[in-house]
Amino acid sequence: MAGLAPAAPLLLRLVPANNKKSSEPVLRVEHLQAGTLPPLTFEVAAGECLAIEGPSGAGKTLLLRAIADLDPAPGQVFLNGAERNEMPGYEWRRHVRYCAAEPAWWTDTPRAAFAKAPPGRVDRLLHSLGLEPQVLDRALSAVSTGERQRLALARALTDEPPLLLLDEPTGALDPQSAALVEELIKYQMLSGRSAILVSHDRGQIERLAHARLLLSKPAAAGASPTVVAVP
Amino acid sequence: MNAANTIALTPLDLMLAASLLVINAAISWAFGLRLERGIAFAATRMVVQLALVGLVLKFIFEQTSPLWTLALVLVMAAAAGVEVVTRQHRRLKGWQAFGLSSATLLFIGVAITSLGVGVIIEPEPWYAPRYVLPILGMVLGNAMTAMSLVLDTFCETVTRERTAIEARLALGAQRQEAMSGALRASLRTGMTPILTSMATTGIVALPGMMTGQILAGADPVEAVKYQVLIMFLIAAATALASFFGGLGAALLLTDKRHRLRLERLAAPK
Repeated sequence: MAGLAPAAPLLLRLVPANNKKSSEPVLRVEHLQAGTLPPLTFEVAAGECLAIEGPSGAGKTLLLRAIADLDPAPGQVFLNGAERNEMPGYEWRRHVRYCAAEPAWWTDTPRAAFAKAPPGRVDRLLHSLGLEPQVLDRALSAVSTGERQRLALARALTDEPPLLLLDEPTGALDPQSAALVEELIKYQMLSGRSAILVSHDRGQIERLAHARLLLSKPAAAGASPTVVAVP
Repeated sequence: MNAANTIALTPLDLMLAASLLVINAAISWAFGLRLERGIAFAATRMVVQLALVGLVLKFIFEQTSPLWTLALVLVMAAAAGVEVVTRQHRRLKGWQAFGLSSATLLFIGVAITSLGVGVIIEPEPWYAPRYVLPILGMVLGNAMTAMSLVLDTFCETVTRERTAIEARLALGAQRQEAMSGALRASLRTGMTPILTSMATTGIVALPGMMTGQILAGADPVEAVKYQVLIMFLIAAATALASFFGGLGAALLLTDKRHRLRLERLAAPK
C-alpha cells in the first residue's frame, strides 16, 4: 500500500511505499495543473494502480486527459524518465493510454479499430473480457453499451502501453463483466504495467488500487485535493 | 462581340423584372416565413452593389492600369474572405478564419486567373481588366462558395465527431489520421457542386456568362468556348479552395501536440 505525504497545501506527493523504493517510477507528475485543479505532484511505480476519487465535476477526467496530453496543461509529466514534450503528442499517447468513460468509435464495425493489432492478442483480450470474436464483425449499432466498453478496453490494450488511464472502465457493466475487467486490470499490474483508475466503486478501488487520490470540487469553500491512503 | 446587337434595357424593364419578387414575398407571407424584409434588403443591396460595381468597372476599364486592376483584385479577395467567415455556423475565433480564407482565395484567384488569362486567352495587355476581372470574379465566387461549404462542414463534423476523433488521438493517431473522416466529408461537400454543375451545364442550365455573351450578340460557339474554359478554371479553383480550406481548418483546430482544440471555435450562431 502506498504511503502518502502532502508536501504543501496544493502540492500532493504520493509515493509508492510497498517496499519498492528501489524501482524508478513509471509515471512522475510534477506541478501538473489540469483545468481548475491546483498543481499536483505524484508518482506511480511499475505494477501499481493509483485510484482517483471524487464527486462528478471535481476534475478527475480532466486530470487523466492532462496526463494523456489531450488538453494543454502546465507542469511536467515524465514516463520512464522521459518528459512528454521530448516526443510528439501522438508518440506520448502510444505509451500513455487514455480510455474514456464513454468510448467512441469511428468505424462501422469494431474490427477496423483492431486492424493494426496482432490477431492472436486480440482474441485473447476478447476472451478474457467475455466477448466472442464474432462481435468484431457486428454493426456497432448492434453492439451493446457494455460490449462497447469492454471492446474499447481491449482496443486500448492491444499494443500493451506501459501506463493505462482508465476512466470508469466498468461504469456500463454488469457485475460479472466488471469482475472480468478487474481481473484483466490486475493482470496488467502483474505484468508490470501501471494504471490510474477513476472509479466511483469503493469496492473496486479497494480491490485494485495501491493508493488513492481524493479530489474535492474546487468550487467548494476553500477546497483543495486531499490524499487518502488505502487501508 | 458586337455591342450594336445589344438591346438596351430601360429602367422600366428592370422595374418590371423587380416586380417578380412579389412572388417571393407572397410565399414568405403565406407560410409565415418572415422573409419579406430580407427579400427587400437583399434585392436593394444587389441593385446598389451591381450599380456601384458597374461604375467601378467602367472606371477601371478606362484606366487599363495594372495597379488599379491589382487593387480591385485585393478588394475582391478580402470581400470573399469576409463572406466566407460570416457564412459559417461555427466559425474560428479571431482573425485566423479571415486570414485563412482571404489569403487562400487571393492565391487561388491570382493563380487560376493568371493561367486562364495570361497563358490561355493572352489578351493585350496581359492585365487587361476587361478579361482579368470578370474571370477572377467567377473564379473567386465559386472558390468562395466551395471554401465556405468545406469550412462549415468540417467544423460541424469535427464538433459532432469530437469523441471519436479524440478516441483516435488517445490511441496514438496523428491529427491528420484522426480527422481524416471529417476532412473527406468536407472535401466531398466542397467539390460536389462543380461536378454537378459541369454534368448538367448545357442540358439543365445555361451558364450566366455564356447567356450574357449570347444576349450581348456574341457568336454562340465562341460563347461556348469561353464557358468551357471558365468551367475548367472554376473546377480547379474549387478543388484548390476545398483542399486548402479543409487543411487550414484542420491545422487551426489542432495544435502541434496533435490535440483537438475546439475551444478555438466560436459559439454557433
